[in-house]
Amino acid sequence: MRRGALTLVRVLALPALLVGLWALATADSHSYYISTPKQVVSAFADTWIGPRLVDDVLPSLGRLAVGYLVAALLGIALGVVIGRHARVRATLEPVLEFFRATPPPVLVPLLILLSGVGNTMKVLVIVSGCVWPVLLNTVEGVRGIDQELIDTCRSYRIDGVARLRHLTLRAASPQIVTGLRQALSIGIILMVISEMFASSSGLGFTIVQFQRTFAIPEMWSGIVLLGLLGFGLAMAFRAWEHHVLSWYFGVRGERAGA
Amino acid sequence: MLDVRGLKKTYQTDARAVEAVGDITFSIADGELVCVVGPSGCGKTTLLRCIGGLLEPTAGEVRLRDRPVTEPPEGMAMVFQDYGRSLFPWMTVHGNVELPLRQKGIERARRGELVGEALHAVDMAYAGDAHPWELSGGMQQRVAIARAIAYEPEVLLMDEPFAAVDAQTRADLEDLIRDIWRRYDITVLFVTHDIDEAVYLGERVLVLSSSPTVVQEDVGVDLPDERDQLTTRSDQGFAELRKHVYAQIQRAKRTRGSEEQAPSHQPA
Repeated sequence: MRRGALTLVRVLALPALLVGLWALATADSHSYYISTPKQVVSAFADTWIGPRLVDDVLPSLGRLAVGYLVAALLGIALGVVIGRHARVRATLEPVLEFFRATPPPVLVPLLILLSGVGNTMKVLVIVSGCVWPVLLNTVEGVRGIDQELIDTCRSYRIDGVARLRHLTLRAASPQIVTGLRQALSIGIILMVISEMFASSSGLGFTIVQFQRTFAIPEMWSGIVLLGLLGFGLAMAFRAWEHHVLSWYFGVRGERAGA
Repeated sequence: MLDVRGLKKTYQTDARAVEAVGDITFSIADGELVCVVGPSGCGKTTLLRCIGGLLEPTAGEVRLRDRPVTEPPEGMAMVFQDYGRSLFPWMTVHGNVELPLRQKGIERARRGELVGEALHAVDMAYAGDAHPWELSGGMQQRVAIARAIAYEPEVLLMDEPFAAVDAQTRADLEDLIRDIWRRYDITVLFVTHDIDEAVYLGERVLVLSSSPTVVQEDVGVDLPDERDQLTTRSDQGFAELRKHVYAQIQRAKRTRGSEEQAPSHQPA
């Protein structure tokens, strides 16, 4: 109980300090563009708790979820195939590196031409950015599977779906999870960027809209909301990672969750 | 029941062909415990991997009950040298032993029995819920052995399974293998570089020459069936067999010494 309270204090101390500094620095500022914490908090409550939650926040998160899941499935599926076959890998790797090196935001104008300005475009932007870290990390993970584990599977005639499920995906899971973690932060960035072009709803659209109409505290509150969303998703991801990879932390002598 | 005829394996590298196994022929009868011993680098592991269907021989063939072995057969189980790398770290001990049985299509209740019996036979019944990395090396190798016997193989192939455990554990595991061999009535082919181990365990010891590898001698071990680390190892017969096999290995090493110089001037 006391330890829990101590941890809570430690976690909250720095954010509290930073907000305090912010409040001090803006206490007698009259700058129109810099809001005080109090203004931002009240703008936050007025702006986001209400119809905007349903009209802007949830659609954004929905597109992020769909794009991220499609990218994850695509990246893992292709990665397993490419990782297992040396020849396919040798043929595709330079091309994959090229695509990965292309910044996904530059694809937005192209995707608008190809798929219009609707949800499809926004989801495709997220997919096009998130798929690469998942794909390339999966390839690495599958390529690195221990030969002795592969031989063990062969000698016990474990093949097909069982092999995929019990060997390939599990053995490559540390790398796959690394790819998924990288993809998550890319996905959040692309979610916002995709809504800044030719859009009429969503978090990114709303923040740009506030800035253009000089609703400055509201704009700040949108930025805070994005930060909180990113933080929440990262925390949820970490909890999931410790669950899925508990064996991996165990092998490496680290306590899961530590 | 297990016949190896004219087995040969060469590895093709860019520059030249390396002959790992020259020409090996031997047979093992039902229920025998045969040890294969030879100087290091003579291709013991390659031989075992060919027999297990994991490697395709360059020439010759392996037959299990008169059926040619072209892929890992259902009647064989293999225990690898590196226990740390042959158990699935993401599964519990129970899951590791059970997985091959699930693949075999054995129904759930029977699987539970087989896993329980096998873990009991290797004294690991208490550790079913543990993960391999929570166990010591010797315990992990016990689990790998349990996985092999739960599979109910006709032939158990073991590739230097005790090379990486300490001496005391090793002695315990050797007795465990004798015990399992007798209790389960299976055929065991045990590869080792340790002469004492080969003589202590085997009913027969196949001494391999150095590369290009052939069976240099087939030594029958006429020690009593009941073996014991203390009395058997101090037995006169044990000492003589050990001395004999040791001399054979030394001879094998010398033969290589003279052959190694010859090909070095040949064009690649």
